[in-house]
Amino acid sequence: MSGDLPTLLADLKDKEVLELVKKKLDSGEDPMKILEEGRKGMEVVGQRFASSEYFLPELVFSGELLKQVTDMVKPHLTETAETKKLGKVVIGTVAGDIHDIGLNIVDFMLDVNGFAVTNLGVDVPKEKFVQALNDTGAPILGLSGFLTPAFDAMKETVAAVEAAGVRDKIKIMIGGGQMNDEVKKYVKADAYGKNAMEAVALAKEWTGVK
Amino acid sequence: MNVEKKWSEMTWEEKRREKFNKWLTVPDIKFVSPEAEKLYMERVTRFARAFLLEKPDRVPCILPVSNFAAYYGSSDLRTVMYDYDELKRTWRKFLHEFGDSDMFFGPGMVPSGKMLEAVDYKLYKWPGHGISGDTTSYQCVEGEYMKANEYDALIKDPSNFWLRTYLPRVFGAFEALRNIPPFTTIEEIAIMSFVAYGRPDVRAALEALLEAGKESVKWMMAVMEVSQEATRMGFPAIMGGLSKAPFDTLGDTLRGTQGVMMDMFQRPEKLHQAMEKIASLTIDSTLASIGDSGVPLIMMPLHKGADGFMSTKQYETFYWPTFKKVIMAFVNEGIMPVLFAEGSYNTRLDIISELPRGSVTWWFDQTDMAKAKKILGDKACLVGNVPTSLLMTGTPQEVKEHCRNLIEICAPGGGYILSGGANIDKGDPDNLRAMMEAVKEYGVY
Repeated sequence: MSGDLPTLLADLKDKEVLELVKKKLDSGEDPMKILEEGRKGMEVVGQRFASSEYFLPELVFSGELLKQVTDMVKPHLTETAETKKLGKVVIGTVAGDIHDIGLNIVDFMLDVNGFAVTNLGVDVPKEKFVQALNDTGAPILGLSGFLTPAFDAMKETVAAVEAAGVRDKIKIMIGGGQMNDEVKKYVKADAYGKNAMEAVALAKEWTGVK
Repeated sequence: MNVEKKWSEMTWEEKRREKFNKWLTVPDIKFVSPEAEKLYMERVTRFARAFLLEKPDRVPCILPVSNFAAYYGSSDLRTVMYDYDELKRTWRKFLHEFGDSDMFFGPGMVPSGKMLEAVDYKLYKWPGHGISGDTTSYQCVEGEYMKANEYDALIKDPSNFWLRTYLPRVFGAFEALRNIPPFTTIEEIAIMSFVAYGRPDVRAALEALLEAGKESVKWMMAVMEVSQEATRMGFPAIMGGLSKAPFDTLGDTLRGTQGVMMDMFQRPEKLHQAMEKIASLTIDSTLASIGDSGVPLIMMPLHKGADGFMSTKQYETFYWPTFKKVIMAFVNEGIMPVLFAEGSYNTRLDIISELPRGSVTWWFDQTDMAKAKKILGDKACLVGNVPTSLLMTGTPQEVKEHCRNLIEICAPGGGYILSGGANIDKGDPDNLRAMMEAVKEYGVY
């Protein structure tokens, strides 16, 4: 076999990845170990994305590949092991905006960098963000938006976190399409991230991860 | 004398000159005053010179507004999508009250909500229809409206694919169109040809189509009334039509981002073939739609080739070839494509600089304008790019200062139009007036 699972996955060798996983399962290898190797491969994909070697097509393709691996491994799992996460983050696209390409890249990059991500999807009402922060106890909120109507929706969402009395416990970052530092000031968020790598850097900084 | 032949023998530059000369001829309309006519000609000339990489009297300004007039007129997008009188009232109010500007966007980009409802359009959400009523824009719902295994159907017979597969998926009312046999089956004595049209579901679909047609005409009358009034008052229109890059057509509304990106790995040949097919459809339909509008400019909003979406190599392989083909087809008909690059295009500047000098205009959203001016400045007219955030949250002084800086960078030598990076729907109209002040104060050649 030409290469180990993390390398094959990171190199997007789909056929080889699936063959190797099948072989490993057939020979009775620990399914948890296979998933861990898959995670390691995705970590490399994330690094390559961060260094502009990979772009959106590679994220999409590797994500699909990992899904296939997980589907193959799942029936063999006897336990559900919790992987240790660096911290929790709640993300979503604010009310009145249904765009999620950027949101999903941030989800991907936070995930492969070890964060437990609660992705609320698009057109998320402010109450739902507050509820998710309460439910998960996440100290970080990521607000995504593509268009200009998101300016006010973000402002209202930050205000709702404030009104819920938890603003001082939550760090809020914004990103997407027309967002920038001016919008950050306008909506009273803590930071603006230009891309998914900056979202990861902010999350690490805020959770004290080196 | 064969005019047709003469046109086909012209170079693109000659065709361009003829199209622009026509645009620069006093239109056959009754202006509200001799002053309005004079201003109209001044304004059109100002734009034409900038588009053609020349120095106008001063830098022209495109006001970065989309649904702004609705909110300026104390209404909202939801209301004006359904109430054409309100649509007219708000746009006319903005037209009469805003003051001096170089052009005017009529309400042609505000679709009729009644028309969209008549056909149960699923591809878009609009205020009160899938998204909250106070949202200021309509938005596309991305999805896999064409399956991975349908490339051959699209490539082989696009009209049939559209009629019987795509339309039934994106219009709820057209579900039954699947039951219509291809039109190419209608031949000979036509004994069985129309049986499908006796089905109640097919008849309902066709009635929805008629209703949408009726609404569209009512809507168009309202739009034209406002647009013509603007022209009579001396404000030119600067867009003759809309078009798209084939990769975006596939990625936005057929396969979706996820789908098209999987296809880049799993079926690149099919993707290329489909883009070639879509390129020729796009060229034909766009040229037909621009027709006699007299405005020799086609706006092309660009999405999935932006920085970060794909690598330079992927852009060169997948995005650029058919995009360039569409661009050059317009150029070869004397039309100038105005290429609106959403997001940023910093890593694409070298590739796009290969287009013939003066053939296109680039409208940038977040691209570094200094870099763009350096690489493209002597090749293409540049438009942009006051950030929407500044226009919506800044003061008129801040906007004006930003414009001054942009003019200093981009205006030297000509071929520059001041505008926003993207359009706004709400905000202080004085921030827009600040843009007009800036071009008059700092943009005189």
